[in-house]
Amino acid sequence: MTQSPTLSRRSQSTAPLQQRPSRRRGADARAGYTFLLPWLLGFIALTVGPMISSLYLSFTNYNLFDPPKWIGLDNYATLFQDERFLQSVGVTLSYVVFGTPLKLAAALAIAMLLNSKRKGQGFYRSAFYAPSLIGASVSIAIVWKAMFGDSGPVDEGLSFFGINLGGWVGNPSMTMPMMILLTVWQFGAPMVIFLAGLKQIPADLYEAASMDGAGPVRKFFNITWPMLSPVIFFNLLMETIHAFQIFASAYIISNGEGGPAGSTLFYTLYLYLRGFSDFRMGYASAMAWLLVIVVGIITLIFFKTSKSWVHYSGDSK
Amino acid sequence: MTTMATPTQSTPATPAPVYNPKSESGTAKRIKSIIFHIVALALVGVVLYPALWMVASSFKPNSEIGGSTTQLWSNNFSFDNFVTAMDGIGGVSTLTFFTNSLILAVGAVVGTILSASVSAYAFARINFPGRGIFFGMMIATLLLPFHVVIIPQYIVFQQLGLVDTYVPLLIGKFLAADAFFVFLMVQFMRNLPAELDEAARIDGAGHVRIFGSIMLPLMKPALISTSIFSFIWSWNDFLGPLLYLNTPEKYPLPLALRLFVDQTQSSDYGAMIAMSVLALLPVLVFFLVFQRYIVEGVSTQGLKG
Repeated sequence: MTQSPTLSRRSQSTAPLQQRPSRRRGADARAGYTFLLPWLLGFIALTVGPMISSLYLSFTNYNLFDPPKWIGLDNYATLFQDERFLQSVGVTLSYVVFGTPLKLAAALAIAMLLNSKRKGQGFYRSAFYAPSLIGASVSIAIVWKAMFGDSGPVDEGLSFFGINLGGWVGNPSMTMPMMILLTVWQFGAPMVIFLAGLKQIPADLYEAASMDGAGPVRKFFNITWPMLSPVIFFNLLMETIHAFQIFASAYIISNGEGGPAGSTLFYTLYLYLRGFSDFRMGYASAMAWLLVIVVGIITLIFFKTSKSWVHYSGDSK
Repeated sequence: MTTMATPTQSTPATPAPVYNPKSESGTAKRIKSIIFHIVALALVGVVLYPALWMVASSFKPNSEIGGSTTQLWSNNFSFDNFVTAMDGIGGVSTLTFFTNSLILAVGAVVGTILSASVSAYAFARINFPGRGIFFGMMIATLLLPFHVVIIPQYIVFQQLGLVDTYVPLLIGKFLAADAFFVFLMVQFMRNLPAELDEAARIDGAGHVRIFGSIMLPLMKPALISTSIFSFIWSWNDFLGPLLYLNTPEKYPLPLALRLFVDQTQSSDYGAMIAMSVLALLPVLVFFLVFQRYIVEGVSTQGLKG
């Protein structure tokens, strides 16, 4: 995103080596595609090809054994009458809408707390980052399930304060908060990125604001937020797209069923169940394409609205 | 929040009517620092609690994990859970699962390093028609939900008779399918001075020489962070093995863990958690050894996104 100016500068600076320009260009083209070959092969065979065939499959009935049968838009029409599908959309949306902002708020708050010249920075940064590395693993899903289970440490701890919720895992209205806590727990990765962004903000901006009598709140909204906006945008976009694709934790916590009462039936889990347990691969392909379209639209909206609130310091044309 | 060490700080003694709310005495500063550390350490405690609980529970007898005991450490410290966990499941030893995970992770590292570095060189250092378009497409795949490709991929691998082998899990790594790593290396190479290539070209070196003898050695930091992340991602991967592997002898650890959960249900919590600890152990060791590379990598490469 922010890289485009350097891209053009680099390509210019490698260009003016022009002994026999035409021969060089031909050799460069050949070399370029030779070096690009691994990625190009993968792109065609593992991304573009499959995308086209899954688009085709989404208009068919296909069970892996009989040849696909063309049914037009039936899969898409059926989706919107499928209660389990609608439930999976609801579950995923509430996870994305509540989990992502909470996670980023935690990341930003702690990044600001850590952004000073005090000792122990490295330790704190690493300690807070650690959950991001393991949070999506099967091991942590098992631990989460045990911790939030009946008379697990969370239940015990809350009972100590007189809050008796019982196990969260078996309670359909508590599983979403539990999943959201799991993603918020992994705030470390965006935090590290925020921290790097905060360090780029010139200290004299804050000094000047102090001179003018600005308090911490005004400094946050008038300096930190606008200066950090490209980083906030990057984190928001990546974390949102990422959140739509949660799978392993949901699968393990619900024993691959999305329970209790469908409260952890995430979109990708339902897609998996339809495609690989029921072998309704046309239907699952329609779900996959719908996800691509939704994520695409969200990305587009993010980029369109970003013009009004994301400020790039290099915008001095 | 942040107290800047402003040069005006040394002049609070002068009675000049300067409005300077930031000037503080040494003790006030020390108190602030102590409060900072107390808050930060308390937060670290909360954040790392699940990990501590996991490790502590793995050493506890089953009867003490759920309920009744609120204390983190048990007096009945024992390795029994680990002994049970190492026995494995379904007649397959946990050592086999470890080996499988290791084969897949090392394969992923080798494949990613080879394919991503070569492809990144083309993007970063060679001028060829179509480069901009392909680069844009590569970035687009970073945002693409990969679920859209898994069904056709599965169908193809199934027809090729490659289900229940490691081929579907590794082939993408050798074809630079993790665009993130290509992007990371492109960014890294773009920051290397262009004069290097130009000088080498004048000396008559071709792209193969420039890539092999100039770029690769200079890219060490990017290669190291790529290796670390592709290892850990492969180690933790669940969906890939879940889709493609059917025989327990071929399972990597995450899939073995699921099998373990399915078969024991909640009857042997201790062994289940011990196995979870074992499965995370290599990741934790990696983290402790390479934490600077890992955190540094996230902060710089993430930012350049």
